[in-house]
Amino acid sequence: MVYGIIQLINFAHGEIYMLGAFIALIVAGALTIYGFSGWAILLLAGLVAAVYAAAYGYTLEKIAYRPLRTAPRLSPLISAIGKSLFLQNYVMLAQTPDFLPFPTLIPEFAFMEPVAHIIGSAEVVILLTSAVLMTGLTVLIKYTRIGKAMRATQQDMAMARLVGIDVDRVISFTFVVGSVLAAVGGVLVGSYLGQINFAIGFMAGIKAFTAAVLGGIGSIPGAVLGGLVLGLTEALAAGYVSSAYEDVFAFGVLVLILILRPSGLLGRAIREKV
Amino acid sequence: MLELRGVQAGYGRIQALREVSLSVGAGEIVTLIGANGAGKSTTLMTICGVVAAQAGEILFEGESLRGLSPDAIVGRGIVQVPEGRRIFPRMSVRENLEMGAYLRRDPAGIRRDLEYVMKLFPILAERRHQPGGTLSGGEQQMLAISRALLARPKLLLLDEPSLGLAPLVIRQIFTIIRRINAEGTTVFLVEQNANQALKLAHRGYVLENGRTVLNDTAEKLLGNEEVKSAYLGI
Repeated sequence: MVYGIIQLINFAHGEIYMLGAFIALIVAGALTIYGFSGWAILLLAGLVAAVYAAAYGYTLEKIAYRPLRTAPRLSPLISAIGKSLFLQNYVMLAQTPDFLPFPTLIPEFAFMEPVAHIIGSAEVVILLTSAVLMTGLTVLIKYTRIGKAMRATQQDMAMARLVGIDVDRVISFTFVVGSVLAAVGGVLVGSYLGQINFAIGFMAGIKAFTAAVLGGIGSIPGAVLGGLVLGLTEALAAGYVSSAYEDVFAFGVLVLILILRPSGLLGRAIREKV
Repeated sequence: MLELRGVQAGYGRIQALREVSLSVGAGEIVTLIGANGAGKSTTLMTICGVVAAQAGEILFEGESLRGLSPDAIVGRGIVQVPEGRRIFPRMSVRENLEMGAYLRRDPAGIRRDLEYVMKLFPILAERRHQPGGTLSGGEQQMLAISRALLARPKLLLLDEPSLGLAPLVIRQIFTIIRRINAEGTTVFLVEQNANQALKLAHRGYVLENGRTVLNDTAEKLLGNEEVKSAYLGI
């Protein structure tokens, strides 16, 4: 999403995801001591993580991207990588370099019992949450005032200024929304996999970007499809070839898409008249 | 209404405007003509706050615009139709129009103005669900002007509205500009097509190498020997 608007790969996106998971872990630990129940912990921890991530996203944009808005494109890219490294090391020093066990925040539903061997409660919760968030995001971008301003900024930033859009605010908002979504993702996946460490964000960020490119940058259904294709490719490669090669196949698909269909699976390139 | 006094501006080390002084009175159509690269577009971008003025004064309704952000200037009532139309290509015609009204908070008024511009340019009503990028050049110009009108401008800045359009379409656009002006909007028009522009405008300025070197009524400029030979090709 951020890429769509400012044509910049936000390398620190994965780190926000990782931070979200850590914050949720800390909050969940505290709440468990006070004896909260499972659902309350999940919701509160997710909420706090989202708020924190929003603040991080906003601040990062302000200190690491905004001063470089008119700089050549390589500069913000380097700044992004720097931020990513900084956040990883910061969490490593502040917390621990080791994997930490993440509590299973998503409870098992009793009614899921009969189908539990096919799909678990956690998977259902993750799927539903994703669907809700994605629908919300689509509605936001398509119909709201700020959403339209985001699209206008993406399509022609100079013109967006001329119709009175405060472009800096729109970009900040984009970072906040992106960061909230990343944090929620971090919490859910952390809870699902049961362990986190400071480096989980790096791969997640790159995979997320790959999925977005696969599906077509800027298209939400595209991102979903890209994620599915990517996930299935990895799973099949791991199953039929070797799990050591799953990343090779994942990025191989990316290379193929970039060669054969650079605008992505669902990305459409409308020709612009001049 | 709008007054520029000794404005200087540029990009990096390149100084595009050396000394621009001009004024636009309420209700007028004033045109700024000049050759390619004289600084016409830069003048408009400086008024809109996209390019920062390095020296001089820009006054609108008696208040300085220098240092204001582009969105604040739109909020004051100065709206530009930039060169090349700059339609949002993947937004529908209707959404493009709505973006024009971005700073407004009166849904009823916006709806009225939407109907108004669709009457002004019926083709826009017909194409309202089409992406802006699929319109023809003339249609895009109509959309760009309409989008600006949706902001309810007090002062409309037009940058080369005739650029790349067929003569028939140009005539149509200029007729509409006259009508918009007659309905109370002040117009500041930048044109390379000096002949057309001077026929439409009340007064004109000539810009040369970043300086306003001549100003007079449009009629007299049309008769001016220098202007004739340099810009009218007569």
